[in-house]
Amino acid sequence: MSEDLIIRVRDLRKIYRVGEVEVHALRGVNLDVPRGEFLCVAGPSGSGKSTLFHILGGLLAPTSGTVIVDGHDLSKLTDSQRTALRRRMVGFVFQKFNLLPTLTAYDNIAIARHIAGRNQDNDPWFRQVVELLGIADRLHHKPSKLSGGEQQRVAIARAIINHPAILLADEPTGNLDSQNSAAVLKILRDLNERLGQTILLITHDPVVASYAHRVVHMLDGRIVDAES
Amino acid sequence: MVNKLVLENLKHRPVRTALSILAIGIEVTMMLTLVGLSRGMLADVARRARGVGADIVVRPPGTSLIGLSSAPMSEKMVDFLRRQPHVTHAVGSMTHPLSGVTTITGIRLDEFDQISGGFKYLEGGPIRNRDEIIVDRYYARQNNLHAGSTIQLLNRTWRVAGVVEEGKLARLVIPLDVLQELTANPGKISQVWVKVDDPANIPKVIASLKEQLKGYPIYSMEELTSLISVNNVPGLKAFITVIILLAIVVGFLVVFLSMYTAVLERTREIGILKALGASPLYVLNILFRETVLLALAGTVLGILFSYGTRWVIMRWAPASLTQMIVPDWWAIAGAIALGGALLGASYPGWRAARQDPIEALAYE
Repeated sequence: MSEDLIIRVRDLRKIYRVGEVEVHALRGVNLDVPRGEFLCVAGPSGSGKSTLFHILGGLLAPTSGTVIVDGHDLSKLTDSQRTALRRRMVGFVFQKFNLLPTLTAYDNIAIARHIAGRNQDNDPWFRQVVELLGIADRLHHKPSKLSGGEQQRVAIARAIINHPAILLADEPTGNLDSQNSAAVLKILRDLNERLGQTILLITHDPVVASYAHRVVHMLDGRIVDAES
Repeated sequence: MVNKLVLENLKHRPVRTALSILAIGIEVTMMLTLVGLSRGMLADVARRARGVGADIVVRPPGTSLIGLSSAPMSEKMVDFLRRQPHVTHAVGSMTHPLSGVTTITGIRLDEFDQISGGFKYLEGGPIRNRDEIIVDRYYARQNNLHAGSTIQLLNRTWRVAGVVEEGKLARLVIPLDVLQELTANPGKISQVWVKVDDPANIPKVIASLKEQLKGYPIYSMEELTSLISVNNVPGLKAFITVIILLAIVVGFLVVFLSMYTAVLERTREIGILKALGASPLYVLNILFRETVLLALAGTVLGILFSYGTRWVIMRWAPASLTQMIVPDWWAIAGAIALGGALLGASYPGWRAARQDPIEALAYE
């Protein structure tokens, strides 16, 4: 395996069993992602991009194939090992922000540190992240008091606070207006350019995809083409 | 961090939190009130027995320690006891149940005065006529009676001759022969109170009486009062155990429902935590801490409520039941409530801990 590949996927298959029926969500996906790349995975609904996202993020075990993320073969990990991997190596950004509604923005970020077993007190990285994302003055508000754009910036802060090897963003602008979408995408690109953060982004939107270094298209559980 | 999340979760649903605390509080109150009532009633019995001022009590064969049986023993026993060496006084009394836990004592007041020093009258004075009655302070307060008031008891009207300080015999006292006549027990008594010349002679007198009166329960006052406990009252311990088990079931069901709905409501949040890498133990820890907090708050509330039930009893029915505050049971009741609550949170917690993060994140 090449030294600068952070993700290496070979012949990845995922079959869901729905009653008596087998649904082939992934049918032999091959994918290489160099460290520091901003990759967009595009494709219609049902093409398998969310399943790929869940497997790469350690939320789902593959049926067969090889998935290596930062040197760890996910196909050989148990549930608890995948949980530990999510804690340290993966950051998620979701379409619906998925912040804990009872906690402030500060605590929503801090809880990711806590789950990873890290102490966030007087952490310069914590301050750097919230300043980078422009949410320093919104930290003591709960999600219900934040705009959609602010909520997504808090979610991005939470995703990168533990220095993940990969940042997985699933339709991160799907619930935002065009202005906030542009702001969030700019932040993601900045994170990639300034911090070298590897990002995999799922979207339907070609405008969103244009922010990435490379776009791969999925259809019927396979990667059908790639463009730079 | 986890504590903050737990507190915020509880604050987020204030009504459910308050209801859970209230239910656990009632569970704890049930336990503390029941134990307090049992101990209070028994302590009251012991205090009244001590208040007579006797050194030895002789009860009829086959009677229980605090039995309310009427009068199965011949009054001739009093004379027999008076003739014993070292015995200075002996007085027979009859106890007759009225309603609930209320009893009436029949006793010869002149003999009772000699052994006990007599009642302390707060109003009025001793009985002079056969239709007169003495009541204690609590009975008078509960029934709004004063010296000179009238009261209906045992199918006849009584005039209150005096209101006395509580702590001797029953709350209602009439002459022994009147009670014997009214209950069709002429010449019968429930127990004999015996006073000896020197406390050092009490064991000697008891030994002699036990030799002569085979089968009769004979106690020194010290022994009698120490025997009046929950463990020595037939059925009481079993009754308390049953009520405590019921209280545990109530606490278990309430916490189960509360946590079950909490887990359902927070499906998405649990999914978020798991996506962030929270282990099943981490999720379980959050729910269990919430449960512990609910149980602790419920225990504190239950302790406060137990003061409330005592106040209510003393305010509205001071002559009926006596409830003690039982600090030694606070931790026990709290532990029982906590155990029931944790049991109630176990299944919802298990469900939460095993939740699939992808399904949970898709939950609307």
